[in-house]
Amino acid sequence: VVDFLMPSLGPDMEAGTLVEWLVKPGDRVKRGDVVAVVETQKGAIEVEIYQSGEIEQILVPLDAKVPVGTPLARLRGEGEAKPGAPSVLTAPSPAISKPAAVAVQRTPIAQTAPPAVPVPSITGRVRASPAARKLAETRGIDLTSVAGSGPAGAITYADVDRPAAKPAAPAEKRRGPSLDVNAMRTAIAAAMARSKREIPHYYLEHQVDVSACERWLAENNAALPPDNRILMGALTIKAMALAVRRFPAFNGFYRDNKFEPSKAIHVGVAISIRGGGLTAPALHDADQLSIGELMSGLRDLVQRVRAGRIRSSEMADPTITISSLGERGVDALYGVIYPPQVAIVGFGKVAQRPWVVDGAIGPRSVVTMTMSGDHRVSDGHAGALFLAEIGKLLQEPGKL
Amino acid sequence: MNDIDIRKIVKEELGNIAPEIDLATVEPTADLREAIDIDSMDFLNFITAVHHRTGIDIPEIDYPKLVTLMGMLAYLDAKLKAAKK
Repeated sequence: VVDFLMPSLGPDMEAGTLVEWLVKPGDRVKRGDVVAVVETQKGAIEVEIYQSGEIEQILVPLDAKVPVGTPLARLRGEGEAKPGAPSVLTAPSPAISKPAAVAVQRTPIAQTAPPAVPVPSITGRVRASPAARKLAETRGIDLTSVAGSGPAGAITYADVDRPAAKPAAPAEKRRGPSLDVNAMRTAIAAAMARSKREIPHYYLEHQVDVSACERWLAENNAALPPDNRILMGALTIKAMALAVRRFPAFNGFYRDNKFEPSKAIHVGVAISIRGGGLTAPALHDADQLSIGELMSGLRDLVQRVRAGRIRSSEMADPTITISSLGERGVDALYGVIYPPQVAIVGFGKVAQRPWVVDGAIGPRSVVTMTMSGDHRVSDGHAGALFLAEIGKLLQEPGKL
Repeated sequence: MNDIDIRKIVKEELGNIAPEIDLATVEPTADLREAIDIDSMDFLNFITAVHHRTGIDIPEIDYPKLVTLMGMLAYLDAKLKAAKK
């Protein structure tokens, strides 16, 4: 029997409020399932479980605020014997009083299956939490008919659970449980102040001709429906993820006075939130994703961030961050490293510039790429090579 | 595809992206990206949603025609009319 703990979702998190349980005693879970939603300064985070087994007991009730490390639920691992009595008296499921062996054999039937991976609403019309979607599906409720009380009108479990006859009170509508802008500002302030206190930043910039990327995007996207179109951002993320494989000094964490390089490349993507604030959750193993996979992962991440639904692992483990202020933004941005990471790469807007190619001046699409590095871990020389490598990879977008 | 109210659809879908904006206050000839602060991802999501709701195909090469509210409505109206013929 193991305890499922309140996770640390960032270096500055001390406590979290349990706002939604997506499992109940007797439910089988597997590694990676989203089992609860925790409210933090960064908004509502979907918390995944890291062990497979069966939920034995819920230890923390809804709306309780508890410190990081507090046991939230008790989990019985695969194959562990069950205790004689059900742990919770309220409405035990039929399976719970049966011996474990039987339950295991029954798995195909008892499975409550598809993992709680939210299907992003492609149209962006209905924003709803995975739990809300599941409940709506179970009850045959059309989500478009439900008033959302979450951020940007996102539909929460409680919205679906509410009796149909009673519409959402207007006063509740904008309040929502997640994305408190002031709390998020406090979290950003704490992380950024710590970064500037502790991390000796150095800054580099490098201009890159991205005409090849633009041509590739135009050709690739011309034949595709909007669902499958690729944005420049996906190319830059992939190029950076591939480049950092060769430059491990920019990928990992600086903790307890030493650098721990990370084998995995989880790219934190800085995503701004309307009304203020930003967050940089991870696109996991970005170096191993195809451009198409990376693009759909990016779309999914942006939509979930803006609907206030990020998963715990995405908050906790980016190994390097990338930030772009978009096509209307500035020429260059110099990022502040998000501790305990050791580098952040920035992309300015792509602009037409006079550029010398093969001895002649011509108009080219050029972007200014920057990097802020942690001087405790790396030096400008390595940083320059790293940026040059990204630039080189962007010359052959078809190979990304 | 007969009675598609394109104004309503545009209003709803832009509203999903920028819920705090009252489109009635947006200049019809203003660049929407600036007027309501949408980025390339927002715009792609908008195009995707309009495509799903109306069946209108909006190739990337036509994006510049959709940067203002007026241009966008004219473009979508024309596309709908062409589809009916």
